[in-house]
Amino acid sequence: MIEEVEKIGTSGRSTIKPKGRLRWLVHLFPLPALVIYTLFVVYPIFSAFTYSLYEWNGIKRGIFIGLQNFLTLFQVEPFNTMFWNAFGHNVIYFIVEMIVQNGIAFALAFFIYRKIRGSGFLKIAYFMPRLLSVIVVGFLWKLILNPNYGALNTFLAKVGLESWAKPWLGDPDTALLAIILVNCWFGIGFAMLIFLAGLQSIPEELIEAARLDGAKGLHMLVKIILPLCMPAITIMTIFTFIQAFEAFELVYAMQGSMGEPFRSTDTLAVYFYRLAFSSTGGSGDVAIGLGSALAVVLFAIVASVSAISLYLMRKREVQH
Amino acid sequence: MKGGSELKTSPSARAMQYVFAYVFMLVAIYPIVLMIASSFKTNMEIFSNPLSLPQSFSLDTYKKLWEAVPFGDFLLNSVIVSVTSVVLIAVFSAMAAFYVSRFSYRWTGLLYFYFLVGLMIPIKLGIVPLFLLMKNLELLNTLWSLILIYTASGIPISVFILTGFFRTLPVELEEAARIDGCNHFQVFWRVLLPLIRPALGTVVIINFISAWNDFFFPLIFIQEEALKTIPVGMMVLFGEYETDWSLLFAGLTLSALPMIGVFLMASRQFMEGLTAGAVK
Repeated sequence: MIEEVEKIGTSGRSTIKPKGRLRWLVHLFPLPALVIYTLFVVYPIFSAFTYSLYEWNGIKRGIFIGLQNFLTLFQVEPFNTMFWNAFGHNVIYFIVEMIVQNGIAFALAFFIYRKIRGSGFLKIAYFMPRLLSVIVVGFLWKLILNPNYGALNTFLAKVGLESWAKPWLGDPDTALLAIILVNCWFGIGFAMLIFLAGLQSIPEELIEAARLDGAKGLHMLVKIILPLCMPAITIMTIFTFIQAFEAFELVYAMQGSMGEPFRSTDTLAVYFYRLAFSSTGGSGDVAIGLGSALAVVLFAIVASVSAISLYLMRKREVQH
Repeated sequence: MKGGSELKTSPSARAMQYVFAYVFMLVAIYPIVLMIASSFKTNMEIFSNPLSLPQSFSLDTYKKLWEAVPFGDFLLNSVIVSVTSVVLIAVFSAMAAFYVSRFSYRWTGLLYFYFLVGLMIPIKLGIVPLFLLMKNLELLNTLWSLILIYTASGIPISVFILTGFFRTLPVELEEAARIDGCNHFQVFWRVLLPLIRPALGTVVIINFISAWNDFFFPLIFIQEEALKTIPVGMMVLFGEYETDWSLLFAGLTLSALPMIGVFLMASRQFMEGLTAGAVK
């Protein structure tokens, strides 16, 4: 049935030739979307590119200075140190999310795929955190992680692990990890659903055939199921990468725009916010030129890495 | 029998799976339960016994919250902004998707591609030009600034989903309607919109969640207290009542409840909708 509909829709004359005196009116259909999208998405992004090539005094645009802002960003203290410090945190963000968030999410998806009892309820429970605003997530966990009255340290004391209790967000050694783990808590439900959709799209005959060939247990999982899940894993990897390199809201909610303590939780997007909107970016005033240069760099990182990984993983899928 | 049940696992491994899955279920929902339970406690109870259930249910904290911050305003602003932008996204994206999927001018392919480029644009990186643009349009400190940016940034994914759906619909239906004397607008409004309702549901859910929960744009566009949406309103609360945890938990609970309530009523649609854009 579905196939039939698709055939009609995609083959033969599936388009319409408007007739009549008022046929130009059909061009009004895409117009509102086109205008709003161009004005508030395309134009600002293009402007950010051009802004990065000018000198700025506050919010007044000065002269054209070519790539000077980029050079400053990468060669002048404290901008370069701040850049690489934040960049490193984004990389850690990505790696920890890949292992913890996506690892747990895949395991949970696999168990649900294996028809665990109560899976309908489990899915709802796992997904629940995703419905909260990131600011609510950040504030809630800030209360839970509070060193004196927070639920986590109280819980640790109750189960006899008092020595594990820490000022999680106040200690530069644990603050970044704590934020990333909170992000994992927020994102696992969504990742689980993506993986589950991937698992459920595997044709049963393939699994059956592999089973008859003697594949089982871990071998079945690693050699048969994982490769067949590659599209879902690819898309989730890209999502995670984009999300990790745009990490802003949770850090801002939990540690403020300075990436406290001692910039141990600073990320590129938080640094960008400091440069563009406050005088704490390192230059003593809003630095729109530098901020825009950083935006361009971030854009380039996100766009190129997701394009490359999409390409590489598609190639690997074909080989399997 | 579907897929997964074909696989064999030993009983002990199976037991481990159950333990892992249900322990993680607790990890996922316990903080939310804790948030709601704490909002009914006194500060004293929260500090001395953070993990227990409240000893008595009292709505005093909520009364206090209502007086401490203009939560009613925040709620109303959130509703106005989310509903208006979702309606605009649905209508405008459906119109655009109708055009690129049904008419074949030389530029329709290019137009569709132009919309799709937006899927890859992290719009937050354009925040400085956007801020100056809103300033020049005198839209800063208005709800319109939020409605416009949410509408604009929701259009690419929505056009993508709706165009995909339009292409699965047989064009014969529209031809029949046209023979019956409908013009393009009537065909779109009376014949097609009802047919694409499932895809519109997905579009509404995706965009509603992101508009409702966003705090980045109001943080930058809105300074006036009475115009803040719930997420930035929470920042006001946390800034002013840092030590009144009972009040803070009540604020968080009130912020989260509307979305959780809607989700519990339509959880399947939510979960399918949010993943629909990701997996083909």
